[in-house]
Amino acid sequence: MIKPHGGRLVNRISHEERLREEAREMPRRDLTLDEARDLANIGHGVFSPLEGYMCREDFEVVLEEGRLANDLPWTIPIVIDADRDEIARVLEGDTLALFYEGRPLGILDVEEIFSYEKKRYAEKVFKTTSEEHPGVARIYAKKDHLLGGRITLLEDPPTNFPRYKLWPKETRVLFRERGWRTVVGFQTRNAPHIGHEYVQKTALTFVDGLFINPLIGKKKRGDFKDEVIIKTYEVLFEHYYPKDSATMAVLETEMRYAGPREAIFHAIIRKNFGCTHFIVGRDHAGVGNFYGPFEAQEIFDYYPDLGIVPMFFKSFFHCAKCGGVVNDKICPHGPEHHINFSGTKIREMLLRGERPPETMMRPEVAEAILSFDHPFVE
Amino acid sequence: MEEKMVTVEIPASLYAKIEGIIKDTGFKSVSSYVTYVLREVLAEDEEEQEVFSKEDEERVKERLRSLGYLD
Ligand SMILES: [Zn+2]
Repeated sequence: MIKPHGGRLVNRISHEERLREEAREMPRRDLTLDEARDLANIGHGVFSPLEGYMCREDFEVVLEEGRLANDLPWTIPIVIDADRDEIARVLEGDTLALFYEGRPLGILDVEEIFSYEKKRYAEKVFKTTSEEHPGVARIYAKKDHLLGGRITLLEDPPTNFPRYKLWPKETRVLFRERGWRTVVGFQTRNAPHIGHEYVQKTALTFVDGLFINPLIGKKKRGDFKDEVIIKTYEVLFEHYYPKDSATMAVLETEMRYAGPREAIFHAIIRKNFGCTHFIVGRDHAGVGNFYGPFEAQEIFDYYPDLGIVPMFFKSFFHCAKCGGVVNDKICPHGPEHHINFSGTKIREMLLRGERPPETMMRPEVAEAILSFDHPFVE
Repeated sequence: MEEKMVTVEIPASLYAKIEGIIKDTGFKSVSSYVTYVLREVLAEDEEEQEVFSKEDEERVKERLRSLGYLD
């Protein structure tokens, strides 16, 4: 079994009733659902080797080098912000209770309180300072200070998908029990069209198992709603996927839309889940025209020590001359013979209530999407 | 996350060779490259260390079965 990032699966969970009671007496910070989800991700080792929120040194090295202070690859800051009032109530060395909907979900041992430059954060992580970028806009909306330190997770936040909620500890047992020595992870925030299916199945051809891991969390307008993504994969699994070699579980964290840096982050998370391989397609985790179509693949050159093997795909399309679904590496014919799987075009058709052609999307998947009154985030 | 560092010695010629290898890669220094290589080598020999007990594992399997992930 592949080792978690940093060598050890982090477990920062405590069910001690005493801590829960103590937490109620501590200064507190209320969490949004996305923050609560990331707290749980730290606690359950999804973000191994992180044991808490980054202190200044890790934060700085992540921005500058795309690594933790101990040199391990890491590209996305995992931080928690605080305003003047909130930091007035805690000192370095104090504990802070982290609440969600009136319940103490965790405790932060405040090791360091520090300020940061939002512009530089944006520039380094997102390669832009434009507020048009949804990830950057969220950074600009953050409070002015960051709190670093280890956390203890007392309780998981609620999930809308208990049926598909697995932690790395569980997926690792699952892969082992299934006898999968090699597993390819697939990140998605889309309802699957034929192109996605071919990417996944091509990858699966060379490994033992396929792990579809839809990202559930804050997205942007126009993205598929979480429940639509899950429903469409359910029907795809039912009708088109081999039961012995494919499975699905959700990853609950927000999309950052950080393109190349987020591709590395996504790969590390899947390594922690026990994947040996990770699919990186065109414009992975990108948004608008902020990143080149293959920047998220090129960045992997910079991380020979990542510890999970990226599988790169350019594009799949239908070729009339080849007579089927092919990709850029195997089809010699010109674009006049190709029908591309355009997510945008499919979305437009669905918005008009039309069913995309079967060459683009499985009819069962189209049906599932159209069964929702409002399949897209508004 | 901060780790205490210590010094080890390697031949100067090897050092120079590594400097050449890491040029244009993500490695910041010869030390970080050497650390990476050593971690890789050691990981191969290490026993698969489980973070949880037998009962714990049985509970995980039970949950996986109840969710339909395992028969
Ligand atoms: Zn062709």
